[in-house]
Order: sequence, then structure tokens, then C-alpha cells
Amino acid sequence: MKPRQQRMLAVGLVIVGVAIATGLTLQAMKDSMMFFVSVTEVAEGKYPADRNFRVGGLVKDGTVQREEGSLEMTFEVTDLRCDLGVSYSGVLPDLFREGQGVVAHGSIDENGIFVADEILAKHDENYMAPEVADSLADHVQDQTLGLQYGPEECPTGDS
Amino acid sequence: MIPEIGHFALILALSLALLQGILPMVGAQRNDATMMGTARTAAFGQFVFVVIAYACLTWAFLTNDFSVAYVAGHSQLDLPTMYKITAVWGGHEGSVLLWVLILAVWTVAVGKYSHSLPETFIARVIGVLGLLSVGFLLFVLLTSNPFDRLAVAPADGADLNPLLQDPGMAIHPPMLYIGYVGFSVAFAFAIAAMISGDLDEGWVRWTRPWTVLAWIFLTLGIALGSWWAYYELGWGGWWFWDPVENASFMPWLIGTALIHSLAVAEKRGLFKSWTLMLAIAAFSLSLLGTFLVRSGIIVSVHAFASDPGRGLFILTFLGIVVTSALVLYAWRAPSLDTEAGFAINSRETFLLLNNVLLVIATVVVFFGTLAPLVYEVLDIGKISIGPPWFDKVFLLPMLPLVFLIGIGMHTTWRQHKGNLLLGRLKIPAILSIVLGIAIPWLFYGRLDLMVCVGTTAAVWVVAASLVDPIRSWRRPEGAARITPAVLGQAIAHLGVGLFVFGVTIVSAFSVETDNSMRPGETLDVAGHAFELRELRQVQGPNYTAIEGIVEIRKDGKFVAEVRPQKRQYLVQKNWMTEAGINVHWNKDLFVALGDQLGNDTWSVRIQYKPMIRFIWLGCLVMALGGLIAVTDRRYRAPATQRVRKNKKKGKAVPEPA
Repeated sequence: MKPRQQRMLAVGLVIVGVAIATGLTLQAMKDSMMFFVSVTEVAEGKYPADRNFRVGGLVKDGTVQREEGSLEMTFEVTDLRCDLGVSYSGVLPDLFREGQGVVAHGSIDENGIFVADEILAKHDENYMAPEVADSLADHVQDQTLGLQYGPEECPTGDS
Repeated sequence: MIPEIGHFALILALSLALLQGILPMVGAQRNDATMMGTARTAAFGQFVFVVIAYACLTWAFLTNDFSVAYVAGHSQLDLPTMYKITAVWGGHEGSVLLWVLILAVWTVAVGKYSHSLPETFIARVIGVLGLLSVGFLLFVLLTSNPFDRLAVAPADGADLNPLLQDPGMAIHPPMLYIGYVGFSVAFAFAIAAMISGDLDEGWVRWTRPWTVLAWIFLTLGIALGSWWAYYELGWGGWWFWDPVENASFMPWLIGTALIHSLAVAEKRGLFKSWTLMLAIAAFSLSLLGTFLVRSGIIVSVHAFASDPGRGLFILTFLGIVVTSALVLYAWRAPSLDTEAGFAINSRETFLLLNNVLLVIATVVVFFGTLAPLVYEVLDIGKISIGPPWFDKVFLLPMLPLVFLIGIGMHTTWRQHKGNLLLGRLKIPAILSIVLGIAIPWLFYGRLDLMVCVGTTAAVWVVAASLVDPIRSWRRPEGAARITPAVLGQAIAHLGVGLFVFGVTIVSAFSVETDNSMRPGETLDVAGHAFELRELRQVQGPNYTAIEGIVEIRKDGKFVAEVRPQKRQYLVQKNWMTEAGINVHWNKDLFVALGDQLGNDTWSVRIQYKPMIRFIWLGCLVMALGGLIAVTDRRYRAPATQRVRKNKKKGKAVPEPA
């Protein structure tokens, strides 16, 4: 093959490859991309109803409940403005604790409960997922004092 | 006092790195031998002072000097001595210092083993490495000084993150860094070649073993990280497509493309400017990886507590490095390419396909890793792209690549004569189709398309890789034996086959369960009975733990006893899962304790992971293949020539054994 043809072949292959990859990539994104929604947005009803999404906040003190001996458990997650009930069945990550940041994957059921199929907490205790930290930022007055609810009322629909 | 010596040594190292970055470059431009001669001396001096600084920090850890903020934050009186030594890189400041140390080691090694190259060229290589050292030393001194003191020293430290108190994690970062930083040699080589405006095949040959060595360490580092995540995080997964994992995987993919295109550049003088581009990309992606990990800009299960100032510094550094490299590339690279042709059925074509597919794979990972960031910057929303997306999309370039490996290995340069599939590849082709169906069907009792395709691909690569070694073994009397280069290539590709096999079987046939169990209870998972016999308290050096004793039986016969633990570390108070894993060559039985669900009931994660060992075994075999290839004699040819030259002068030079 002549060098010119070679170069054309190389360029052609890359273009075709990238085009196919981009098309399939975008297609796949539609199915497996997950939006992060803050607890307040859930309370306002601004969440994708028919698909999974992520929600994050702090595990509210005193809300972790489970029936003895059962894997089923419930807790409330809060962004210090609104609260959201979450149910989960399975083994929790090591750093899951009341008052700590948490991110859950799942969807809202007909009772307005967030049914999580996966729960994430972090490696490092001092670290909080930026998206969780962002969703709290408006509401926390002083983090050293522990959970302090912000001045704003939760919008309607808070259950 | 000792920490101040360390700090001072770093400042001296920075001055020497400046000299190393400037004098040889200027000298090479003016063809001034004295100035060029400073390259190795300055590099060695820089190395000595970085070692002193590193030793001072280690000393501060060993003597529990909690007046040093970094030591107070990452150590503790009761921490075992081994982990005090590894804690040096257990946090941000120390790991950047380790990075600087490794860069200095590579530079000194380059200086030592480069006497076969023209002095102007090597002066530029060492000069570029010096400029990189300047960047990283400035980073340490300006944003992340590990020697900063606290006004009041605490009585005890805050302890090393318990996750890092583990042998696998202790050696994972150095391995990874040796790999990352190793690509700086290929990068410096590319820059030096572009400044010189000339790319000699001999220089390309010189770069190959360096790049392969870096690639070997990166391979081992990534495999160790995956193995560690599997047994330490308590989830039983081996790869999460987490941004930090991707950050190490992208340089690996491009590095793999680079070692293949270097082969073409050396043997045929083709793909030269493309090879330089890959060398630039591999190192830039290493820097990008550091930026992603250190800036905390991306949500990650791995992300460390982070600081935007540091992120900004690395981003600026990355910008300077990439921009100057690309400007130089645009200016000089086009003149480097030679005009030569090759046929479509030649090894060149297959290596081209290899490069195209690996680059597409890198683009996929890059896109998936950075898309959340783009969405956030454009304010479209906060999204995350999870493993299902990567699993699906990553397969697109990789599956054809795996099939092409088998053919590409056996093609010849320029033009291949004869029909490949009927010749050497007949047996591998038949074997792969038969076993691709037989293995899932006979051993796992299920057939579906993806499993058969995956198994076929794996057997195909394994069998095709074995053709050359087997032929060499059964060669007729007097025929040439296989060279280390060809053997290394065969073994590295064999590793790919084993890896693909492990991934295919473990993704298709794993059984993963979360259960609630009380002592005395028995559960059946994947044909094995797991009995939780008792739970008890145990005491470690710096933790207490609840340990479950689980007996595993198959068909009523005892298989093993595993002891998963839930540890609470005394200083940081956080809980850690230590999984109990029973390892067989063809399966892992994985038990992890979850949470206490009531009086004596616990949640217990039980998993059956068939062939998971093949994943890491495959990586080890790939690395081994690289190592064998590096020992090929032609990489040492210039050295033996030197011996001959000395002999002529009449000096007695001992022959190497």
C-alpha cells in the first residue's frame, strides 16, 4: 500500500470507529446514565418517575430501623431542609452511620418511599461526595454543631 | 530538626532539578559538551537530595514525630512498624513525594543505561525529565509540604486509614506510580526526538524496554488494586469503573497501544509521528489521572479528602505540559515520517487496528469518566455513569481486538504470504469454537451467546499464543530457537486470553447473595453449604473485631473454614470488613460479615466466584510476558559493542555471565 493510501486507511478506520462508538455510546447512555437528585427536589416532585436515579444527603439521626433478624431496613435521608424515607434490603457499607453522608441508587415507589438497590458510603470518613456536600450547602449553618436545619421551610409534599 | 533537614533537602533538589532541566537543554542546542555533561551529575544530585528528604519523612514516621502534621494525620503509636513505613505514602503529601522520588530513580537509571545514544539526544531526554521534576517539586513545596509542623504536637496521631493497613494496598501505590512515572521516559524521549527533528530507529529501539518496563509496573499496580478492592472492600467485585480506577486504566490502554506502535516504528520505520503522539498521550493521561485523584473533582468511592488549590496546580501543570508538547508536535512531527508502504495483509495493518481499537477504548473510558464533569459544568444536571454503561460500551472495541490478537501475532511484516487460518491457526480456530461451547455447557450447564463468544475469544487467544512456543519446543534439530521477544509476546497475549476467560466466566456464573444468619444456621449457595458456627470477639494490635467462623461443606464433605471479620479500629473508630475467602484455582468462596441485625443475627454476604483468579493470573502473565520481552538481546546490543571496543584498546573487560 502507498503511504497516502495508508494514511487514508488509518484516518478512515478511526472515523468509522469513532462514529460507531459515539452512536452506540450515546444510545447506551440513555439507558444507564443516572441523575443525581437532591432531597428537596424529590419533595418538589422534580425527579424522573420511571427510572432509577441517585439521591444523597445525611442519614437522619434516630431514623435507622429494622425488624430484628431481617435484611430489610428503612432510614431517612435529609438535606437539612427536607427528609426522604428510604428502604433497602442487603448488606450496608462499612461507613454507613447516622449523621453521615450517603448516596443511594433506586427509585420512588407508589408510597413516596425511595427504594434503594445500592447504597454507597465513602472510604474516607472526612470525605463527603461533592454532590451531597453541594446539596447541603444552602442549609447547614455550622457543621461542627452537628445536624442543624436551615432556615427555609421544606416545600409542600414533604412526607 | 530532622523534618527541617528534609524540607531543606527538597529545596536543594528543586535547585538541582532546575539546573538539570536548563543546562543540558541549552548545551544540546549549542552543542556544548560541558553543559550537556551536567545532565547526569545534576540528575544524580537531585536524586540524592530527594532520597534524603524521603528518608527524613520516613524517620519522622518511625520516631512518631507527631509535631509533623502529615505524620500526626497518618500514623499512630500502635501502628505496626511495617505500616509506619508504608504510611509515608498513605496520604496526599507523602504520595507526591514518592512520585518525585520515583521520577528521580527513573532519571538516574536513564542516565546510567544510555551511553549508546548520542550525547545531545540523551542530554535533552534528561533535561525534559528535569523540567518534570521541577514541576512536581514545586507542587510539593508550594501546595503539599509533608514537613509542615503543627503548633502543638498531639499526644497521639490520627492513625492511618484502616483500609490502607494491608499488604496489598501497601505496595499498590508504588507499583502504580512506577508505571505512571515510567511513561515520563517515553514522553521525554518523544520531546527530545521532536526537538532534535530526527527519529532514529536505534533511538526507538532504546525506548522500547523502558516503555515496556513502565507498562509492566502499571499492569501489576492495576491488578493489585483490583485484587485489593476485591478482598478488602467487602463487596466481592473486582472492578468498579470508578473514576480513580479509570484514571489508571487510561494510561494503561494508551501505553499498550504505544508499545505496539513502537514495534512498527522500530522494525519498519513507520507510524513515527503517531508513536510520538501516543507517548505524549500516555504521560498526559498519567498526569490527568493524578489530577482526577488529587483534586476530588469527580465523585468516586476512592476519592481522598482533597483540596482545590492542589487540583488547580496540577491542572495548570498538565496544561503547560500538554500544550507545549502538542505545539512542538504540530511543528516538528510531520517532518519525521518516512515514506514506506505495506500490504493490507501484513503485521503493520494488524498493529494499526490494535492502535485504533485501543484508542477508541481509551476514548470510551475518558468520555464515561469525564461526562459527569461536563454535565455539571454545562449545568445540565448531576449525572453518574455506572458500570452497566462501561461494561456494554467498552466491549465494542475490545471484543474485535481480542479476536484480532490471534491473527495479528502470526502475520509477517510488509506482506503476509499464504493463508493464515489454514496454516498455523487451524488448530486454535477449531479448538476455540469447540471449547467455547463445551466449557460453559459442560461445566456451568448454561449456554448463552455472550458467554460462548467470550469463552471462544479466550481459548482462541490462548491457543494462538501457544503456537510459537510449541513449535519452538518441537523444532527439528538445529532450527533456531524462539527469541525472548517472540516468547514474551506470546506469553503476554496468553495472559490476555486467561484474563478474558476469567472475566467471562465470573461475570456470567457468579452467585451473589445477601442473607441474614444466626450461629448454627446453614445456607446453601451455588452447591456449597455455608454454616455459621459461631461468632466471637478477637483482639488485634490496633483494633478489636467480631469474627465469624464459617464452615463450608460440599456434598456433606468438609471443604474449608473461613473467618470473616468485622473490625473496629481503636483510633478512628470506624468499622472495616475483612472478608473470609476460600481460594481454589477454579473458584473463590467469599464470605463477608455485614451488620448486626438483632441479638445474634447478622447479615452475611456469601458469594461464589468461579475462575476469578484467572483475572489476576492473566495480568501477572501479561506482566511476565513483558519482562521476558525486555530481556531480548537486541536491546543490549550497543552495550556488547562497547565491550568489543574496549577489548580492541587492549583493556581486560570481564565478559558478562
